[in-house]
Amino acid sequence: MTILLALIPIMPLLGFLILACCGSRMSKQMIAFTGAVSVGISVLITLITGLAFLVTPPAGNVVVVNLWQWFSTGGLALSIVFRLDALSLVFIFVITFIGFLIHVYSIDFMAGDEGYARFFAYMNLFVGSMLILVLADNLLLLYLGWEGVGLCSYLLIGFWYREPVNGYAARKAFIITRIGDTAMIIGIFLLFVHFHTLDIQLLMQQASSEWGNGSPLATWAALLLLGGALGKSAQLPLQTWLPDAMAGPSPVSALIHAATMVTAGVYLIARTHVLFELAPAIQTAVAAIGALTLLLAGFSALAQHDLKRVLAYSTISQIGYMFLALGVGAWSAGIFHFMVHAFFKALLFLAGGAVIFALNEEHDIFKMGGLRKKLPVIFWTFLIGSSSLAALPLITAGFYSKDQILWFAWSAGNGNPWLWAAGLLGAFITSMYTFRLVFLVFFGDMVTMPEHHPGRLMLIPMIILAFFSLIAGFIELPESMGHVQWFSKLLDPVLPAVNTAHGRIPESFFQLVAGTISLSGIYLAYRFYLKQPYLTSSFNESRISKFLYKGWGFDRVYDLLFVNPLVWFAVRNKNDFIDLFTSALARAAFYGNYLLSITQNGRIRWYVMAFVIGIVFMLTIFINL
Amino acid sequence: MNTIFYIAAAVALISTGLAITGRNAIHALLFLIVSLLAISIIFYILGAPFIAALEIIIYAGAVMVLFIFVIMMLNVGMERETENRWLRPRMWIVPVILSFILLIDFIIMMKGMPHHAISGRIIPPKQVGISLFSTYLLGAEIAGMLLLAGIVGAYHLGRQKKKVIHRFLQNEDDEINNTIQ
Amino acid sequence: MVTIPVEIQLLFAALLFLMGLIGLLVRRNVIFILMSIEIMFNSAGMVFVIAGSYWAQVDGQVMFIFMLTVTAAEVSVGLALILQMFHHFKTLDADKLSNLKDTN
Repeated sequence: MTILLALIPIMPLLGFLILACCGSRMSKQMIAFTGAVSVGISVLITLITGLAFLVTPPAGNVVVVNLWQWFSTGGLALSIVFRLDALSLVFIFVITFIGFLIHVYSIDFMAGDEGYARFFAYMNLFVGSMLILVLADNLLLLYLGWEGVGLCSYLLIGFWYREPVNGYAARKAFIITRIGDTAMIIGIFLLFVHFHTLDIQLLMQQASSEWGNGSPLATWAALLLLGGALGKSAQLPLQTWLPDAMAGPSPVSALIHAATMVTAGVYLIARTHVLFELAPAIQTAVAAIGALTLLLAGFSALAQHDLKRVLAYSTISQIGYMFLALGVGAWSAGIFHFMVHAFFKALLFLAGGAVIFALNEEHDIFKMGGLRKKLPVIFWTFLIGSSSLAALPLITAGFYSKDQILWFAWSAGNGNPWLWAAGLLGAFITSMYTFRLVFLVFFGDMVTMPEHHPGRLMLIPMIILAFFSLIAGFIELPESMGHVQWFSKLLDPVLPAVNTAHGRIPESFFQLVAGTISLSGIYLAYRFYLKQPYLTSSFNESRISKFLYKGWGFDRVYDLLFVNPLVWFAVRNKNDFIDLFTSALARAAFYGNYLLSITQNGRIRWYVMAFVIGIVFMLTIFINL
Repeated sequence: MNTIFYIAAAVALISTGLAITGRNAIHALLFLIVSLLAISIIFYILGAPFIAALEIIIYAGAVMVLFIFVIMMLNVGMERETENRWLRPRMWIVPVILSFILLIDFIIMMKGMPHHAISGRIIPPKQVGISLFSTYLLGAEIAGMLLLAGIVGAYHLGRQKKKVIHRFLQNEDDEINNTIQ
Repeated sequence: MVTIPVEIQLLFAALLFLMGLIGLLVRRNVIFILMSIEIMFNSAGMVFVIAGSYWAQVDGQVMFIFMLTVTAAEVSVGLALILQMFHHFKTLDADKLSNLKDTN
């Protein structure tokens, strides 16, 4: 069992090594085989370990594998330790399973690209780093995985590096997540300075015993770790990189920016939940940020033209839901939504990518339409994914997970009617923009003819993901509908259960409201974008639309506040005043040369005078000595 | 004897002074010859008659005449104005100061010497000749070689070849053509 | 018998030397420069003779003969150089010979 656990992250990393070293010499089939099979083996091992974990839970519900000692210096001794408990089991299942499906999809999608081996190498490296991140037992190993996924995100966003725009997008992503990473590493320093260990379990124990509720140190630590989570998960105020990150290929967007990397922040907060419980102010901040972000991104998604950008803003919005759940203390609900979201968002990105691929790189949804008949499989899978995203009642998994979050937003101990209202409004907007997308792309009159039809390797992963988008919700049904609690029971040893203050209003009322809201969003989208599109034509041209399109002007603000002063200073410093100091030495030497060369004017009498002065000097000195 | 020494010394100093401040080269050289004659008298007083004769023959007779020949060959003319322009009074200040300092150094050094009466014994030329060709034979041979080198060098350096300039370059700037061959 | 103190004799030689030095530093005409160098040589040789007379030995005079030789050779070569200089630069100004200057 233990060595199998270690193989889970090692297999993709091995795939990366093989592809990085020999990728240029391998044939296309070999590359695809290596890339997909390495993740495939990880999936198998995950399933085996997962089954073994579920059927015969090991002692303490945890499996720990200590591989080797990393280093031991100056009071810090770290080892490479992988830890499998329920939380990381959920994550590695999602990562490897969806990762494998996306690898299979990209065998076909990236088939015409000349960087084929490079692509699979980076994807494998990404999967390996993400697995290290979630399996890590100490914060430094987690940070290693964190940095690894950041690097792979940069490499993959800028995959088509010949276009400068992609490079800018990759750079923007890297820099913004870097800001978060810096906050996180300072938080790790803080924790180390106080507890002299980076082992997560030890940290949590010592923190809960030494730091009282609301202690300033706990608040700072939690705030700094939250900063890291905000960067990676693209929440307010570090959310501006994710829409631009759509410059990468669609499988990249599906894997990194929908299912896994952006949820690393959610994982971090869930892992270090003890710290957040010790700092209620920060936890409330998490919920507030989640609520604000989901509204902000939702409204922005209403005004986008690019298919992938709608999905990007949707991702930001849904992660806002997860943050909202974590913020009110509904830990397992957040993780549940993560799992369900991973399925349908990956599906939406893959299907969207298939549409773009079919229409020969056309991204503008206003130039699409009526693809329902021509691309049937894509249509149905996209529809299923969208329904899950819009939380169509009763049949989609999204309904159950989102509904649980809304319920806990109202009823949990840290819950708040405002948070619930924000979540509800967000749900309305979600279903509206999602079905705006569906209606504009698949219904109506055809504008662009599809030229390539996606092959089987692209369609099968989409079908599998669609299947899971429907049934994954059934493992956690609310009280009024059978009260199945498999998921939260699974996570019980790891994450504390949410403390609900049972109010007067029963849960079924909330479900009714949520269902109505999502249906009404679908209806409004139908009216505005399908039946009577002229109603929204004025909206499309209005200033509000442009404002929302630009993501509420965050890019402009950041430009003004940070980028422009820096550029101004850099331009002013073109001659580099620090360099002036060092070049001053050179100029002083030149000046000395100039001065001394005056004394060498080639005149005999001048030289003789120099002799005489020297002689006088020497004689005077030697006589007087 | 002593008074002759002092008179000759005064004459030597005055004429040397006039030589170095003279404006006309020929006049300066003639003053220098006078100075050399006075110095030769001093040599004689010091008991070195051979050297006194040599001084007149070689120094005053050959070297200075060589100087005069060259000046006449160069035909530089009077050039009193140029010399006047070059020799402003303020040119003299720094060299005089430096020389003065050296003089003071010299006097200080002299104070430390033990007193000894001068002998003034005359050393005849025969003794000089014997010493020259027995003790200092090697030096004499080398001096001969030095003179040979001097002759050859002077002959070669004094030659003037007619420079042939291509007719296209005939009207070029003088500076470019003034390269030492 | 001469009873002039040797310091006075040496002082006299020194004065001649210094006058030659002044002439060397002040004059700009190369002929005068060469002339001043001659004066300096002469006074240095005189010191040798004074020393030989002081110790009543013959070596001083022999030294003076060698110095004379050197002087003669040096003068002939120097004057040949002056001839060349005059033919090329058309002037006897020592300050015009500054082609080896540092051209900064």
